Amino acid sequence: MAEKYVGRRVKRTEDPRLIKGLAHYVDDIRLPDTLHVAFVRSIYAHARVTNVDASAALEAPGVVAVYTGRDVAEKVGPVPCAGNLPDLKIPDHRVLAKDKVYFVGHPVAAVVATDPYAARDAADLVVVDYDELPAVVDAVTAAGEGGAVIHEQFGSNVAYKLTAGEGDIEGALGGADHVIRQRIINQRLAPVAMEPRGVLARYLPGEEELTVWSSTQIPHLLRTQLALMLGMPENKLRVITPEVGGGFGSKLNVYAEEALLGWISMQTGRPAKWIETRRENMQATIHGRDQIGEIEVGCKADGTVMGLRYNVIADLGAYHQLLTPAIPTLTGLMLSGCYKIPAIQINVTGVFTNKMATDAYRGAGRPEATYVVERALDLVAAELGLDPVEARRRNFPRPDEFPFKTATGLFYDSGDYAGALDKALANADYTELRAEQKLARERGRLVGIGVSTYVEICALGPSQAMPAGGWESATVRIEPTGKVTVLTGASPHGQGQETSFAQLAADELGVDLKDVTVIHGDTSVVQYGIGTFGSRATAVGGTAVYVAIERLKEKAAKIAAHLLGTDAASVFFADGKFTRAGEKKSAAAAAGADPGEVPPAVLPAGQDPAGALPAPDADGKHVSLQDVALAAHLAKDLPPDMEPGLSATYFFEPKNFTFPFGTHIAVVEVDRDTGAVKFVRYVAVDDCGKVINPLLVDGQVHGGIVQALGQALYETVVYDESGQLVTGTLMDYALPRAHMLPWFELDRTETPTPVNPLGVKGVGEAGTIGATPAIVSAVVDALAPFGVRHLDMPLKPETIWRIIGAH
Amino acid sequence: MKRAITINVNGTEHTHEVEPRLLLVHYLRDVLNLTGTHVGCETSLCGACTVIIDGQAVKSCTMFAVQADGASVTTIEGLARDGELHPVQQGFWECHGLQCGYCTPGMIMTAAQLLERNSNPSRDEIRHALEGNLCRCTGYQHIVEAVEYAAKQ
Repeated sequence: MAEKYVGRRVKRTEDPRLIKGLAHYVDDIRLPDTLHVAFVRSIYAHARVTNVDASAALEAPGVVAVYTGRDVAEKVGPVPCAGNLPDLKIPDHRVLAKDKVYFVGHPVAAVVATDPYAARDAADLVVVDYDELPAVVDAVTAAGEGGAVIHEQFGSNVAYKLTAGEGDIEGALGGADHVIRQRIINQRLAPVAMEPRGVLARYLPGEEELTVWSSTQIPHLLRTQLALMLGMPENKLRVITPEVGGGFGSKLNVYAEEALLGWISMQTGRPAKWIETRRENMQATIHGRDQIGEIEVGCKADGTVMGLRYNVIADLGAYHQLLTPAIPTLTGLMLSGCYKIPAIQINVTGVFTNKMATDAYRGAGRPEATYVVERALDLVAAELGLDPVEARRRNFPRPDEFPFKTATGLFYDSGDYAGALDKALANADYTELRAEQKLARERGRLVGIGVSTYVEICALGPSQAMPAGGWESATVRIEPTGKVTVLTGASPHGQGQETSFAQLAADELGVDLKDVTVIHGDTSVVQYGIGTFGSRATAVGGTAVYVAIERLKEKAAKIAAHLLGTDAASVFFADGKFTRAGEKKSAAAAAGADPGEVPPAVLPAGQDPAGALPAPDADGKHVSLQDVALAAHLAKDLPPDMEPGLSATYFFEPKNFTFPFGTHIAVVEVDRDTGAVKFVRYVAVDDCGKVINPLLVDGQVHGGIVQALGQALYETVVYDESGQLVTGTLMDYALPRAHMLPWFELDRTETPTPVNPLGVKGVGEAGTIGATPAIVSAVVDALAPFGVRHLDMPLKPETIWRIIGAH
Repeated sequence: MKRAITINVNGTEHTHEVEPRLLLVHYLRDVLNLTGTHVGCETSLCGACTVIIDGQAVKSCTMFAVQADGASVTTIEGLARDGELHPVQQGFWECHGLQCGYCTPGMIMTAAQLLERNSNPSRDEIRHALEGNLCRCTGYQHIVEAVEYAAKQ
């Protein structure tokens, strides 16, 4: 393979339409006679709904219909949960609330009108009578006995309890020289994709076909679930994901509104559209994280970690969305971090509260695990007076110990943790940084250095470990004109696989990048696929593309050999053409059959049997891929028993996850007067295996770090004691902005994975996983002169200012 | 009660009868079908709806269409001239200044207006100018580089 594109900073092929404002997100799709839907949502966290009076709304101008929970309860199936934990309590989650509301923003009624303004006006005319109930807001209280119960049928608010891990944890902690305990919180976050959710549904009564345009990460899985919810044949349902304005896990879900819009279009016979407002997005799109934990870490006097126990209450919210209960189990899997820890135990209590459901948000359980284990290593270092770098180094597995088995039951594929650490330390000039810090401290300045060495689990994943298939699919086609079409089951929404998959295909097929088109996100065009999440699209979906191309080339080689009068073993492919090595064989020998057995084709009078058939080069030694494609489609002269056409489909099932890793180093200075945190440096070395496009990898890491930084310093979803959402708009929910950030100094090491032939590990979540602990560690280090060893996120200036003020 | 307005958008004059409460962004998107201008919030905080009105970068979700009566508006669709990308558009492409692309039109309009005011901004000045525009994908660094690229053109 001549690598003309792979490995290079190729600018994206998807960009021109986006930078010109000509791309189509759901709200940009216009269909005639579209109805617009606005939702009436609960203003209470927990209440009985005693009556819904829509009469005034129905009289309002432009209103076509109002649907309530009673109208749809028996018509649309429940919102699905893919969790399959033992004894999991799964509440019946209907698309509209009927008798009770369970969180602020819970949809109660759908108002359908000819104009979005009219729908919004009429929603205010729907009168809902509520009997307010005590709200369950605090997850720790929810986990205890007594108090209000949200789903009465279960008798308590505990959705499940789970213990996992291997090794003798009691022995490890009992025999340790030091045991350190710390309460550790991963606060609730809002994903805030810049494009809120949106759905457009069109039912064609004649064809009995429903098309749903949705801003989703999982078009095929959504189609299957909508078929079940709506009780319609899956092959009459088409899901299209047009441009998707960010997801971060929040669109890796099946939402009530997606099914309801389909149903409304079926009722009205007209297209129906709903575009989520940001306020709705904060209330009723999944949140992330929200784990309240206690750790116990035991170590020897030299810093060797013997055991780690994590007792955690996971705040699941009022209902399960698609993967809600599964997220804390991913935390359990990754608790070993990049360390040899002989005994690990996680005890999860998942509880219902009167809040929006938590689910997958960028990292989905792994940032929580990495934060826990990295804080644990910092606490060990602080307890023993070790440099945090040294504490980590003493617990790394060596590169020759891979595949490395953890006490959480995983096999890490490949890694060189010390290699990435050393490179990051060198890039940051760590020794010099520590010397500068010492000087700064002597002058009363609060400078802190934080180091995190992380490993994450990517390329989700083997189907055995996934609720609904962990493979990914690809079809690669060479059209009669020689253009290459790639159909991927992945569903990129900003990650750039229209470019990176085209890079792969262009190199493998020796064609120009512009001659490759990557199509995704249309269930009627693309073979079944799983979607984009869990840093899987390139490692799993890209591999499917790669193998499909290899198969396609095998077929093309047979046709080329036939055209060149030789056998497939005697042709080689390079630079977009097949070349015959050696002499031409007899036609019969090359075809492997006696031509006399083949009846001659019946031709219209006067037509040349060769017709428009491609011919080899004048010397008879070369035939281009384009000519092979044409020959395959014209099918006038193919080897015997050869199927016409030139396409290949492959479903790639990975044998394992992949485990990218790296080191992040944050250097901060805390302002003594305000408690504000200012960045001095940010250095990262990430290892995501082989890199197809370094430009895209850098972009993923930047974005990931900033979301991590948001968690460390700014973001938190706040519900008050009555369950009202305090951070209900972007005025209240603090997101990182351009002026709050350091300049990221990125570098890489490259340890290929043996799990797939591309050697690619995945990078979509690395920054979010690696950066949070580095930043918290840096701030804690800055405050170490005050005896601070740990602080809860977000590290607000007020918290820091109070610590400084108390000394 | 509808009111007649005349607005010049991307060099073309449009006259329409609109409701006084119609937001400018909805006028652009739903009346003129210029859907490149996006809506990301309803509190004027995300900047996805930024357009240029009489030379100023303005969040079009916080302005009524009737307030733009007589004004000259440039949207993302009107930024490229004669098929040539504006330097800021080119910069976003060259420097990978976008991922999902949703904030991009607003970012580009804000950056273009910055360069009108200050043709050679420092990194800090670029970051300060983009404070009112949220991006959740890129971490802003490539956006800063994109604006630097444009400034050099």
